[in-house]
Amino acid sequence: MPIQVRIPTPLRKLTGENEVVEAEGATVSEIFKSLETTYPGLGERILDEQGAVRRFVNVYVNEDDIRFLSDLGTPVKEGDEISIVPAIAGG
Amino acid sequence: MNEDRPFFSNLKCRECGRLYPKEAIHICEFDFGPLEAAYDYDAIRSSISRERILSRPQTMWRYREFLPIDGAPTVGAQVGFTPLVKADRLAAALGVKELYIKNDTVNYPTLSFKDRVVSVALSRARELGFKVVACASTGNLANSVAANAAAAGLRSYVLIPADLEQSKVLGSLVYGTNVIGIHGPYDQVNRLCSEIAGKYGWGFVNVNLRPYYAEGSKTMGFEIAEQLGWKLPRHTVVPMASGSLLTKIHKAYKEFIHTGIIEDQPFTIHGAQASGCSPISEAMKKQVEIVKPVPKPETIVKSLAIGTPADGYYAIRTMKDTGGSAEDVSDAEVIEGIRLLAEYAGIFAETAGGVTVASARKLIESGKIPRDESIVLCITGHGLKTAEAVQGKCGEPRLIKPSLREFEALVADEVAAAAN
Repeated sequence: MPIQVRIPTPLRKLTGENEVVEAEGATVSEIFKSLETTYPGLGERILDEQGAVRRFVNVYVNEDDIRFLSDLGTPVKEGDEISIVPAIAGG
Repeated sequence: MNEDRPFFSNLKCRECGRLYPKEAIHICEFDFGPLEAAYDYDAIRSSISRERILSRPQTMWRYREFLPIDGAPTVGAQVGFTPLVKADRLAAALGVKELYIKNDTVNYPTLSFKDRVVSVALSRARELGFKVVACASTGNLANSVAANAAAAGLRSYVLIPADLEQSKVLGSLVYGTNVIGIHGPYDQVNRLCSEIAGKYGWGFVNVNLRPYYAEGSKTMGFEIAEQLGWKLPRHTVVPMASGSLLTKIHKAYKEFIHTGIIEDQPFTIHGAQASGCSPISEAMKKQVEIVKPVPKPETIVKSLAIGTPADGYYAIRTMKDTGGSAEDVSDAEVIEGIRLLAEYAGIFAETAGGVTVASARKLIESGKIPRDESIVLCITGHGLKTAEAVQGKCGEPRLIKPSLREFEALVADEVAAAAN
């Protein structure tokens, strides 16, 4: 079942400038694996060498930051939207 | 100035170390880590000395080798070198031996530490050719951008939460800047500014110019070390909003040690927040490095009300690395802190200053700051900017007719008591 993933501007070169792409999987981790297969190079921009989400990348399932859900193991279902959002500076 | 061998060499990703040119960029293209100014410390070491610093005017620019601009500063040349006050009566009140106030309530020209960061950011903005400068602000930064841009002849836009203190709104409007109030908390103002910065090509001091801006905060640390007689306080207590100031005071201390200006010595940095918006303090207390955002800050300390602090992670790492702690205080404790500082040191600070004093008191009482070691409290903004926070909390004047009899009746008891 395809899940919609929202891609931030700096990563759209890797998705053919698509703002929203579709991926398959039952967890956020599976979604990212699916994305890497379709768009090679995307994975390493989101995940570090240990496979964890990079510190200055925020991943949301609908409105919730996955760090406060089950991280990469957070389950997703049809109709959910995943957003990848670089951290914002300021202050 | 050493024009042949620049001291300021590159921007560098704090996460992966990739180097970037010295442009108006602030995040790493690869991993989105923040970019930071990098220096040629060998060049600095061979150029700078205590004597060289002492020979220069008493402003923050006496440490110019450590600041990320190429030429001479063109904005804010007179900023900084605020007093470091030995506060013996406040020390006695808090039960400690040696206490100092780094008093940025009298920083020039807008009475907060933000003049330090803005003078660097706007000097760099000019070097990069910007004609319009802007910021997202909780108030003090807006005041400073407005004033310094006016003096420099730059057009400016300041974006603030719509519900800021009246003095802080007026303190921007008076300079003829474009003040835009946003219905929403600071974090939403910030998010909007990151979109505007990309679209309009303006120099946002704390977005695309942030690597330059943030370095200005180091001068508070350099001044503390110089004013203490070229040594560091054992403990430094710093208020935290984004967490940037705390990390930059640490960087300043390290740079002075690294370049041989001061000897290597132990120091500890502690952070202070308001309990109504304390994401960094909460993470520190829970011993985690993930800073949980505060969606709706609720505190009178509006200048520190940043729910998603950009440098939260680095602030936590700095406190841990130096053996420091974080503390947070209620609004009532903030008022107590403001009054303590005023009544025992003669310094009227804004709400963030109340946070610092009240948090320091807690850190002392819990033993995290030993009573016999030297302490510096960083007081970052003037009390008149947040006057409504203490309005009605400091008593009222006693009113009489212009009559000696009425005056004598009024003070008789207290004069007698004071004479005994």
